[in-house]
Amino acid sequence: MSFFNEKSIIETINMIKVHNLDIRTVTLALSLRDCCGENVREVGDKIYNKITRYAKNLYNYASELEEEYSIPIINKRIAVTPISIIGESCKDYDYVYLAKVLDEAAKEVNVNFIGGFSALVEKGCTRGDEALIESIPEALKQTKRVCSSINLASTKAGINMDAVKKMGSIIKKAAYLTKDQDGIGAAKLVCFCNVPGDNPFMAGAFHGYGESECVLNIGVSGPGVVRAAVEHLPQNADFGELANKIKQIAFKITSTGELIGRRMAEKMNIPFGIIDLSLAPTPAIGDSVAGIFQAMGLEHAGAHGTTAALAMLNDAVKKGGIMASSYVGGLSGAFIPVSEDAGMIEAAQKGVLTFDKLEAMTCVCSVGLDMIAIPGDTPDSTISGMIADEMAIGMINKKTTAVRIIPVPDKKVGDKAVYGGLLGEAPIMNVNPLSSETFINRGGRIPAPIHSLNN
Amino acid sequence: MSKDKIIVTISGKDGIGIVAEIATVLAKYEVNIEDIKQTIMQGCFMMFLLGDISKSKYSFKDIKEALTESGHKLGMEIWIQKKEIFDNMHTI
Repeated sequence: MSFFNEKSIIETINMIKVHNLDIRTVTLALSLRDCCGENVREVGDKIYNKITRYAKNLYNYASELEEEYSIPIINKRIAVTPISIIGESCKDYDYVYLAKVLDEAAKEVNVNFIGGFSALVEKGCTRGDEALIESIPEALKQTKRVCSSINLASTKAGINMDAVKKMGSIIKKAAYLTKDQDGIGAAKLVCFCNVPGDNPFMAGAFHGYGESECVLNIGVSGPGVVRAAVEHLPQNADFGELANKIKQIAFKITSTGELIGRRMAEKMNIPFGIIDLSLAPTPAIGDSVAGIFQAMGLEHAGAHGTTAALAMLNDAVKKGGIMASSYVGGLSGAFIPVSEDAGMIEAAQKGVLTFDKLEAMTCVCSVGLDMIAIPGDTPDSTISGMIADEMAIGMINKKTTAVRIIPVPDKKVGDKAVYGGLLGEAPIMNVNPLSSETFINRGGRIPAPIHSLNN
Repeated sequence: MSKDKIIVTISGKDGIGIVAEIATVLAKYEVNIEDIKQTIMQGCFMMFLLGDISKSKYSFKDIKEALTESGHKLGMEIWIQKKEIFDNMHTI
């Protein structure tokens, strides 16, 4: 005989039904290092066979768990070894072909995104890295499900400014080649500083070098649940009380994710990797990180105080979540993707949330400048300047930062880019018109920072 | 095993035969009822039921489908979940 508490049952059902609690992603992370070879077609076959063999039940098992626990699992995804390494083993590089193989494999096993069209170039590029980066725009044009990420900087290595310069034009080209879809190519491409190798979220997921053969990583979410809990507190509850409430909710969200992750790993007969306890918003009403700021007492995202609110939120989520799982990893914290958060979209449309404020917020959020649409005629060097700033924030503060910016072709401030689904829609934001060109053209590497004299 | 415990939550307008209908389905599908609680919340009838499916030859999916159908027939909202989700979420 075991017992139950009906209050807990009602609370759980409400979290799922009313406040959009969900498992955001179950991500199968798979090494492709044994797929190297001299002939790119043979390498492609090995990649396709390995992915479809390991992931053939990913979708079905996730659906079974959705039924058993009545909690939605929104995305089923795959992350693989950075493809720059695998493609480099071939005599003739053909990274676009390998991207198409990844896309086909993802389609075959019914996952909506596959991450790992990636290279880690924080200190420098190999020939394969260069070829992969060069092929990104075409690869993202010719595929639907492939996501690409490039690590351009780290606290230990500094910032590879040659690659930062290059990525400014690659992002622009990726958007241009998909201009019929408002530059969606750039929405599947992200630049990182201090990238984690176990992140289950797209577009930045890949299977890192220090990882094992195959693991199951899981990403939970629940901004709507946190917002509801904060709204429930009296307006004069102090910050200690507020932080405690967020920790309690983060614990509940994370322990649910841990359960689903472990059950999923059991079903797939692979080890459980990590849980990423992020607050990832969706365009659904109420499922918004900006909404949490409002519940905390700010008029809207972007008001003075937003950075402090985000810092507290990010920290409390980690503190609550870490108690609920043995292995927390990935990006873990609060995401602030503009196009994917109804509250952020509204604040940006009203002009109260600016690019500069978003940049400040990235100093304390878990990722960075995310899903921000800018005018299509923004110079390449200005985009590189944005990347350089973001990389610097990550490098100096020893944290992960990222840039996923979309220069939407033929659109200007006041227009809107529309992607639909989880990617949402984004107002085109104003960009500083001053030139960064001479600065970016210097090239080379910004040296790694000193780790003392911290002021 | 806690994996074999299920919680059935039913809510909606109170009426005759709700418990009987659900209990009949559970008996047919060989689910042992371990505990039942009922309450009226904001004018809404709610019933919580703890069941053990370890002795059943039917799968969780079959049981869930049958109960869902009964819930629809009664015009009630019905949730069928493995108990683990509540145990994990609400205990440290």
